[in-house]
Amino acid sequence: MIRLPLVLFFSAVLFSTGVYGVLARRNAVLVLMSIELMLNAVNVNLVAFSQFWHDVTGQVFALFVIAVAAAEVGIGLAIVILIYRNRETINIDEVNLLKW
Amino acid sequence: MVGAAETVSANAIGAGFAGLAWVVAVLPLVSAALTLFFGKRTPGRGWIYGVAATGAGLVLSVLVLWHFVQGGGALASSVAWFTIGPLHVELGQFVDGLTAIMLIVVTAVSLAVHVYSIGYMHGDVRFTWFFVVLSLFTAAMLNVVIADNLIQLLVGWEVMGLCSYLLIGHWWEERINSNAAIKAFITTRVGDIPFLFGIFVLVAATGFHSANIQQIGELVGGADVSRGLVSVAALLLFGGTIGKSAQFPLHVWLPDAMQGPTPVSALIHAATMVAAGVYLVGRMYSVFLHAAPEVLRFVGVIGGITMFGAALLALVQDDIKRVLAYSTVSQLAYMVTAMSVGQAGRDSAFFHLFTHAFFKALLFLAAGSVIHAVHSNYMSDMGGLWRRMPVTFWTFLFGSAALAGIPPLAGFWSKDELLVAASEGHEVVFTLMLLTAAVTAFYTTRMVMLTFLGGYRGHAEPHESPSVMTGPLVGLAFGTVTVGFLGAAFTRAVFFKWVFFEVPEPVTFVLWVATLSILAVGLGVLAGWYLYREQPERDPVLQLGWFSSLLVNKFYLDEVYTNGIVLPVRDRVSAAVVWFDRNVLDGVVNGTARLTKDLALGTDEFDRTVIDGAVNGVAQTAGFTGGLLRYLQSGNVQRYAAFLFVGIVVLAIVITRV
Amino acid sequence: MTGQEYAFVVLALVGTVSAIRLVTAKNVVHAALYLVVTLSVVGGVYLLLAAEFVGWVQILIYVGAIVILFLFGLMLTRAPIGREALDNQQRVVALLIGLGVLAGLVFLIQSAFSWNGPKLRPSVGTTAELGYSLFRQWVLPFEAVSFLLLAALIGAVVLSRRDDRP
Repeated sequence: MIRLPLVLFFSAVLFSTGVYGVLARRNAVLVLMSIELMLNAVNVNLVAFSQFWHDVTGQVFALFVIAVAAAEVGIGLAIVILIYRNRETINIDEVNLLKW
Repeated sequence: MVGAAETVSANAIGAGFAGLAWVVAVLPLVSAALTLFFGKRTPGRGWIYGVAATGAGLVLSVLVLWHFVQGGGALASSVAWFTIGPLHVELGQFVDGLTAIMLIVVTAVSLAVHVYSIGYMHGDVRFTWFFVVLSLFTAAMLNVVIADNLIQLLVGWEVMGLCSYLLIGHWWEERINSNAAIKAFITTRVGDIPFLFGIFVLVAATGFHSANIQQIGELVGGADVSRGLVSVAALLLFGGTIGKSAQFPLHVWLPDAMQGPTPVSALIHAATMVAAGVYLVGRMYSVFLHAAPEVLRFVGVIGGITMFGAALLALVQDDIKRVLAYSTVSQLAYMVTAMSVGQAGRDSAFFHLFTHAFFKALLFLAAGSVIHAVHSNYMSDMGGLWRRMPVTFWTFLFGSAALAGIPPLAGFWSKDELLVAASEGHEVVFTLMLLTAAVTAFYTTRMVMLTFLGGYRGHAEPHESPSVMTGPLVGLAFGTVTVGFLGAAFTRAVFFKWVFFEVPEPVTFVLWVATLSILAVGLGVLAGWYLYREQPERDPVLQLGWFSSLLVNKFYLDEVYTNGIVLPVRDRVSAAVVWFDRNVLDGVVNGTARLTKDLALGTDEFDRTVIDGAVNGVAQTAGFTGGLLRYLQSGNVQRYAAFLFVGIVVLAIVITRV
Repeated sequence: MTGQEYAFVVLALVGTVSAIRLVTAKNVVHAALYLVVTLSVVGGVYLLLAAEFVGWVQILIYVGAIVILFLFGLMLTRAPIGREALDNQQRVVALLIGLGVLAGLVFLIQSAFSWNGPKLRPSVGTTAELGYSLFRQWVLPFEAVSFLLLAALIGAVVLSRRDDRP
């Protein structure tokens, strides 16, 4: 008997925190972590609404999100490692070859 | 528009032929065209067309005259030519006895000259062209003679002037010939301008309706036109005569025109073109009659001066053609002077024109024969030719006798008529005519003796000319002998009946006039015979000191013209015109060019500064903005993400709430 | 406030705090551990919402595998320690944006539902139901996702291979 807006609010908080983390963190891995946070917030939203509509589709979708997030983290970390290999740093500020 | 005419003769055939007078004028025009296009290819190089045209024209002219001999009346016919406002100009013919006579004169002399030229111009480099212009000239003169209105007459008048120029300058390779041609053309032009204005005045007098000669003639006789206007018109018309017929002061071109080939001198400057001026006065005589009497007196003065002065000048010439040239001027002046006397004078003047055409043409052609034989124009290179060139000698003698006025040749009868006309009430004119007759006889005798008698002074081998040349001489000599009788008293002066339909006061053989004229002539001949009998080289006429040099220098008239008119025009007027052209006209052109150039520079400046500036400015702005905007490309992914999220939030709110 | 709600609020608070600590930790390993906590909390929330399968999958995958991946990544890249080393210059802007996002989202929630909004009565979420749905209705996306995972696997291997060719 949880009130839906509370859950949504929780999801919103998680999401905004994730946004802050994406924008503010210097380490690439930490950025990826923040992205995971955002994804989880979305998942919470999905599950909440799936219980709201009494439709299991929301949860199925959440499953897919988890799967995709896993894939994405794998690739993301591979890229981070490559960057580290080439530039000796994973400081995103210093990865700015496309600068003017 | 068929003009109203007097009763047409009962002789249908004659009337028909009289109506065909215009054909006579068109035939030489056709032959000129044919000679021009086909002459070079025709055997004989094209003389056949001109000879055929003038020959046929002569036959037709005789038929036309026959109509009048039968007692037929004048007739006129025309076709509309062009119209300017109220003025209707037609292309037509007015055929009366005068026209018929003139037709015969022109075609006969033209035929003789055409035939003569076959021999004289043989081998000439522009043989065919010569015949083209001869035919063209003949056509123009015939047109003048048959024209029924002044505009058409003017066309023929001017074409004659052109042909005269072309023929005088036929051997234009030598400067002296082309100069003579130009002098002839310009001098006659000076006379043509008052003529043109005279035509304008007369046309204006008709209310700009017509230029028809008969209508003008009737009009000036009426009360609608003021005497002053008619006098002005008469004087202006006479200007044309002064130019074309080489009267004082525009006589200077005729002696120089002798530079042209002799057949040209015979045709144009003896028998036809110069006679056109006299013809004009005769045709427009009603204008002169109804003008103030001072006009005719003026005509007489001009004629008298020319008559006597030219005769004096003929005394001192060494060039045989120049003698004949001055003689022509003098004889024409005779006609002009006679015209000034009145109606009778007019009639006798035309008779003299008729006879003069024959014997003057004869004299020129015979002189040409002599020149051809001795290869020189100068009498100091001649002499004793009567044995070697008998035909030429005898025909020349006949011509000279006629010129001097020895009876019973044509010249005597016509000169007699002139004197008779002047004898009543015009004593000054009469006396002058007598004196001139004496001088004429004298220089004629001088000419004959220097040329044919005595010993041969030249260096060539003279022999008689070919029959192509002597044939016409004989023909003209025949004419000289016979035509005089047409106007003589004892044949009842049929000439006057045919031409003028009246016999002016029974043409009596006025005895005392005839006696005086024979005396004057005899005096001149005897004086000549006596002075030139022996040692003709020692020319007595040139021994007269200041008088001789005055005559040799032609009264210094050419110098007056050159220094008074030609040089000032050439030097001052031309210089002024050149200045005007160079500074004003060229200035305008150059100024326009400069303006265009400045305009172009200005436009270029504008293009470069403003337009290119605008384009460059746009490019620079783009570059500037880009230069600023590029700082957005920080390369920092998180910066991009920040923008992204801001955008998302904004969008989310906008889309869901708005 | 029902009991579930209380439980939920507690979990939410823990999760929020750990999330905030995640993005502000000076030590990367601490951040990773805070991530573990947050993920577990989320799993707990799933369980509270009677989505048992999703919840356990969350624990299994996220906490079990992905965090390990992160830790490996941190180790292999020798992440530095320290505040300045971990946060960049646009901290303030990021904070603002984060707050902005939060505000936006809250605004949306509030305009859709009132705070005393509909109560959730969890009803679906059993593994059987999920299985039915997954393998009947959504079997195609399922296969696609498996394909995606395969691709990601191969991709990761390819990407991180050392290039030894001369």
